[in-house]
Amino acid sequence: MRRIVRKRQLSENVFQFVVEAPHVAKAHRPGQFVVIQLEDEFSERIPLSVADWDPEAGTITLIVQVVGKTTRMLSLRREGEGIAHVLGPLGNPTDIEKVGTVVCVGGGIGTAPLHPIARAFRRKGNRVISIIGARTKDLIILEDEMRSVSDELIVCTDDGSYGRKALVTEPLKELCEQGDVNEVVAIGPPIMMKFCAETTRPFGIKTVVSLNTIMVDGTGMCGGCRVKVGDEIKFVCVDGPEFDGHLVDFDGMMRRLAAYRPMEQEKDHRCKLELVGNERRGE
Amino acid sequence: MEHRHISDDVLYSKEELDRRARELLSDLEGRTLRNKERLAIPPQPMPELDPVVRSRRVDEVTLGYTETQAKVEALRCLQCKNAPCIAGCPVSINIPAFIRKIVEGEYKESVDIIKETNLLPSICGRVCPQEKQCQEACTVGKALKDPLKAVSIGRLERFVADWEREHGLYTLPPVKPDSGKKVAIIGSGPAGLTAAVDLRREGHTVVIFEAFPKAGGVMVYGIPEFRLPKRLVEDEIRHLEDLGVEFVYDFLVGKTRTLTQLLEEDGFDVVFISAGAGLPKFMGIEGEDLVGVYSANEYLTRTNLMKAYDRERADTPILPSRRVAVIGGGNVAMDAARMALRVGAEEVIVIYRRTEKEMPARREEVIHAMEEGVEFRFLTNVKRIMGDGEGKVRAVECLSYRLGEPDASGRPRPVPIEGSEHSIEVDTVIFALGSVPHPLIRKTMPEVAVSERGTIVVDEHLRTSHPRIFAGGDVVTGAATVIEAMGAGRKAARSIHLLLSGELPPPKEAGTS
Repeated sequence: MRRIVRKRQLSENVFQFVVEAPHVAKAHRPGQFVVIQLEDEFSERIPLSVADWDPEAGTITLIVQVVGKTTRMLSLRREGEGIAHVLGPLGNPTDIEKVGTVVCVGGGIGTAPLHPIARAFRRKGNRVISIIGARTKDLIILEDEMRSVSDELIVCTDDGSYGRKALVTEPLKELCEQGDVNEVVAIGPPIMMKFCAETTRPFGIKTVVSLNTIMVDGTGMCGGCRVKVGDEIKFVCVDGPEFDGHLVDFDGMMRRLAAYRPMEQEKDHRCKLELVGNERRGE
Repeated sequence: MEHRHISDDVLYSKEELDRRARELLSDLEGRTLRNKERLAIPPQPMPELDPVVRSRRVDEVTLGYTETQAKVEALRCLQCKNAPCIAGCPVSINIPAFIRKIVEGEYKESVDIIKETNLLPSICGRVCPQEKQCQEACTVGKALKDPLKAVSIGRLERFVADWEREHGLYTLPPVKPDSGKKVAIIGSGPAGLTAAVDLRREGHTVVIFEAFPKAGGVMVYGIPEFRLPKRLVEDEIRHLEDLGVEFVYDFLVGKTRTLTQLLEEDGFDVVFISAGAGLPKFMGIEGEDLVGVYSANEYLTRTNLMKAYDRERADTPILPSRRVAVIGGGNVAMDAARMALRVGAEEVIVIYRRTEKEMPARREEVIHAMEEGVEFRFLTNVKRIMGDGEGKVRAVECLSYRLGEPDASGRPRPVPIEGSEHSIEVDTVIFALGSVPHPLIRKTMPEVAVSERGTIVVDEHLRTSHPRIFAGGDVVTGAATVIEAMGAGRKAARSIHLLLSGELPPPKEAGTS
């Protein structure tokens, strides 16, 4: 059992957990992720990105958006309670080199894993320009953290309730047109990463995306996370999670991500009904 | 509802089989039997659940011998002086001796004889391919000119192991005093567990690192509940814990800690890598990324380890299927096909390039699959997978094959017949084409040399290119059997113990560095 030592609600559906996981904390690098399982029996395994880690304290920070039953159940966990299993660090670390100017683009919850990557690029001596976006003001997370690791920060909202009223691709395109962008890292919903890659493609700028596909084991044993990159089938958990955004078959990936949606919705719906029932009974 | 197929349409219950065994036994018991009389005793059939009932449930299919059946079967053993069966067993169980104890009704003594060399008899008795090992060599099968009529050594092994557990008589082997040495074992499959027991008995501290939350390797994620109930594996793991073996879960060596860290920082004297061959093979054909295409590893991990067969309680989903194509002819293909029925598929079709005769799956499992209604298309292979326009599987396009000249494996080579394209409508495709050692070995364990196939290279002591790292099981051989992995675990444990006692010869290249 991995104990939750701190919990904070970042927005209506987004929660931050600091979890005791000394082995993971010691070995973790930017770009890697963990797989968690809430309970021993019947719980599913889900991949989560790691927003931060502290080797001294032996803790990792997870930022979780409620999208279904498992994330909903996790969001209800309190400080002092725990997560049955945390496996990690998984996947390959981000390749952090000194390249010049790096644009870091974060969409919604994708800003969480982006933050340590931006920080590492900055520490390596790069000029870091960050663009973070969300549907609306309340869904912008880690603004201060991103500002502190960026030379410049651009905040966008779809509805214009905060920062610039734009999709993240707009300022990204402007930066590409201005000319001195050496590398782009985009993390967020698949559709956002797809359009970031389309934005940079005409400029021939290296664009790294971090894929969050369906996973079961997270160790390369099943291929549930496979995705087409160029002409090859890759396993996101061991070959990734980061790939060349210009080669990823995002449409195929989004189809596979949607495969279980009816079942997921059914589970989440029943979970919500149960929670309401428990509340009525005063549990 | 416990029945047994004897011939095409006759079913016998467990009670009926026991009654027949009783009649036989009353004639045989107390007499000194001549070999001719022993050979005349009919082989005892295994009581099994009715195929129609069991194909929709995950309960164990085979029910185990009754005590009377076990005694009758044990009387078939000729107690050969040269005991060819022992040579056929990868861990050299003293087979005639444990069978003799069954005849004498000394079941605890019987299982203790097995446990001198095999600590997982209730598992091996169920999943070993005995017909290719101990039973292949059996004199009775040879005398009757039918290997299927050999003494059912596996079923007898299972009987005494189950008897011991059900009667609460389980005993742990003795452990020598603490040696002060520490061994890390990577992976808790059959190779790792066997090595752990042997090393622990020598008094060494043994820590098993496992990536999954449960120990057992393929015994928990691969082999389904209906062939190997998970409570048996859990029991065995508990025995190992009682013996003092420590388990660390959610720990991926190479990622969570490196081999070097284990040896240089964490105080381990030796590492044994028994991480298996877990990377599934795909064919590289069109349509493999469609929704509804699974590796057998994923399908079985979801349904078995994550219990997706229990749709009510399990959070892990499995796609609902109507018609399923399973590609391959090994045990994993049979497991996936039979599991697909149990999670609700209406039709399951196994597609195999060669004929029934060449199938690598155990005969018993093929028969079980056929009884449960799995269809087989032999001399057929998939050319591409066709989608429905929304990215979901609609059908598989297949080619017919004929058998050609023998290939390197000695089996006839399947040759595609030009122009024989035909399609089979399915909504799910499961690839069961075997698996290869994990790419993480090459990527995260630079300390050990690997072959072109990705397997770890070892010497005759199962030592890798690093003098304090050993390896065994599928990670060395590629996908093989549970018992072969156990044999490797035993051999590695012996070498490691010799190294820790300062008696293992130094590696050949030792002088050159």
